Amino acid sequence: MSNEKINAKNITEDEYFYGHKACAGCGGSVAVRLALKVLGKRTFSVLPAGCMSAVGFIYPQMAFSTNAMIAPFPATGAMISGVAAGAKALGIKDFHAVGIAGDGGTADIGFQALSGAIDRGDNIIYICYDNEAYMNTGIQKSGLTPYGTKTTTSPAGENLPGSIRQKKNMFEIVAAHDIDYAATCSIGYPNDFLNKLKKAKKIKGTSYIHVYASCPTGWGSPTNTSIDLAKKAVDCGLWYLAEYENGEFKLNKNPKKFISVKDYLLNQGRFKHLKEEDINVIIKNRDKKWEKIRKNWL
Amino acid sequence: MSNNKCFVSGDEAVALGARLARPNVISAYPITPQTIVVERLSEFVEDGSLEAEFMHVESEHSAMSAAMGVSSVGARAFTATSSQGLLHMSEGLHYASGARFPIVMMNANRALAVPWSIYGDQSDSMSQLNSGWIQVYVEDAQEALDMTIQAYKIAEDGNVLTPFMVNLDGFILTHTYELLNLPNQEEVDEFLPKYETENKMDLENPKSLCFSSTPLDNLEFKYQQHMAMINSKEVIEKVDKDYGDKFGRYYGGLIEEYKCDDASVLLVTVGSVTGTARVVVDNMRSEGIKVGLVKLRYMRPFPEEKIIELSKNVDKIGVIDKNISHGYEGTVFTHINSALSKMNNSPKAINFIGGMGGRDISKEDIKEIFKSLLTTNEDKEKTVQFIGMGCEIDE
Ligand SMILES: Cc1ncc(C[n+]2csc(CCOP(=O)(O)OP(=O)(O)O)c2C)c(N)n1
Ligand code: SF4
Ligand SMILES: [Mg+2]
Repeated sequence: MSNEKINAKNITEDEYFYGHKACAGCGGSVAVRLALKVLGKRTFSVLPAGCMSAVGFIYPQMAFSTNAMIAPFPATGAMISGVAAGAKALGIKDFHAVGIAGDGGTADIGFQALSGAIDRGDNIIYICYDNEAYMNTGIQKSGLTPYGTKTTTSPAGENLPGSIRQKKNMFEIVAAHDIDYAATCSIGYPNDFLNKLKKAKKIKGTSYIHVYASCPTGWGSPTNTSIDLAKKAVDCGLWYLAEYENGEFKLNKNPKKFISVKDYLLNQGRFKHLKEEDINVIIKNRDKKWEKIRKNWL
Repeated sequence: MSNNKCFVSGDEAVALGARLARPNVISAYPITPQTIVVERLSEFVEDGSLEAEFMHVESEHSAMSAAMGVSSVGARAFTATSSQGLLHMSEGLHYASGARFPIVMMNANRALAVPWSIYGDQSDSMSQLNSGWIQVYVEDAQEALDMTIQAYKIAEDGNVLTPFMVNLDGFILTHTYELLNLPNQEEVDEFLPKYETENKMDLENPKSLCFSSTPLDNLEFKYQQHMAMINSKEVIEKVDKDYGDKFGRYYGGLIEEYKCDDASVLLVTVGSVTGTARVVVDNMRSEGIKVGLVKLRYMRPFPEEKIIELSKNVDKIGVIDKNISHGYEGTVFTHINSALSKMNNSPKAINFIGGMGGRDISKEDIKEIFKSLLTTNEDKEKTVQFIGMGCEIDE
């Protein structure tokens, strides 16, 4: 593998996730498609219940042209570990074992299996595509749904601003396992995402890639703004690009000035209800987070 | 046929059987009374006597999911569990059989909480009969070892491709030491060659597995799974014979008939209680009383035809259940009755519930059962009776 960075010009034209039934503008499907382009043909993928498995494996129309299978919803980490162990035991060489799960399948129901896999140091790559809710079942709140999000189980009304909890801090939770490699990404910054995947490919041990992936259906956003929104999330400071490697955190992008949080939020149906005071809560939390990040990761 | 003798517990017998079957990966989580199986296997991997990956999974759900991952690339998987653990992996049980992964699992039959109990009964596996697994129940440690090897041969058969659960009564079998014959590795290798399958993800020939279906094709997949289980009946009989020819031990396939010829009443048993019942049958036969015993080895596939055949000339059938479907009857009994309902003139069957949560079923209990089967008191007789009850029951 060359050291050349992957970009839009040199990335393979081969498609490994194609002909699926995701909604127009689905960020999760962009993440899966790009990830497989980096990982290549010799990849075993395991996806739990969730949008990407729901749209990609409808018999007889299989959307994966690499090896792939659906895992029970809680089981991504365990099943992909089993694949890696089985392939290793059979003497299969030069392959990648990748688990690709949503935010719910990662931070909630699949959390234990992921923790187990990292603890074992299994040679796998785990990708969490984070669309900030249980989309496949109709937009319910997950542990990665941010404060102020209207979902079908965290309604916004007179008494509540939607979800009242912050996102679980998956990246640092994973890092606390002293994982071999972890990174946060966004489909709004595809080059960063692609090259972090390239790095994960070379890691002997467990890698965790958390990619922010917009969902027009669940977010109430126009289908042609998905990439833009995922970029804005980073630029306004509600998401960040970072890595954890050799026991150290590293911030990859430190915006001098954040773009408007309000602008990011109010262009999405899920946040349209937010009052000035709710937005201020969100900004305050963002600033607190960045104070820590800048203090500890720079 | 060359056999070494060893003196081991039921759990160790399973571990030795698993080692002889050469699984590629072991993924298991400890639970009493299965734990020793997992401990021994980890030792075998450590000392190099078993060339396999040992995965320290963090739960039974993950143990089964990892085993499915292993099987999905065409490798041989082994796991073991019991009771709460079996229920914890229930999602995976249905998943594995639907995916047609021939995983082999030992289950130490143990009561289910609440009340908590680490002791034996068969509530755990009987509650999972619909999960699409082959289920065998063994009587002693030798059979446990032999069936762990046979399990792979049956499960991996191209016409079967169905996961296989080897059930041992908790403590009574798992923790009792017996002298047994250990087959040698070369002969087991001849009997059980490497697992070859097309039902796998393959780098040369990529596939999607465990996909979703629509109402247009779901039933056809489930029908194939149903037929595979039915196909396994023939394979079970053949493997029992082949194994016997090679290693000298035959178990009768789906069931073992014990002194059933000319019997006027039959008792159906599952698991270790069979051993006790044999002694009672011998004693009663020596007194000239015509009693017979049916050791029901497999609950899935269910040997309906054999039950019907055996029931043709008997007056009554007793069924011992170490489990209960609350408010109704024991699960084995339900199955036997379903078989009997397909006969023209079926004998009456009586259900005896006992041995729950580790309670002993004694020779006296079984003698009482036979006695009550032999007395014709049709009208008053209750269909579901409890044996060894520690208190009076208000009628
Ligand atoms: C054990 C279990 N519980 C619940 C479900 C129902 N379920 C399927 S997908 C899903 C939500 C998935 O959310 P996420 O992981 O965030 O992925 P997304 O659909 O958003 O891509 C749920 C709740 C299930 N399939 N299995
Ligand atoms: S609901 Fe969202 S995540 Fe699911 S397919 Fe549609 S856009 Fe993608
Ligand atoms: Mg989601």
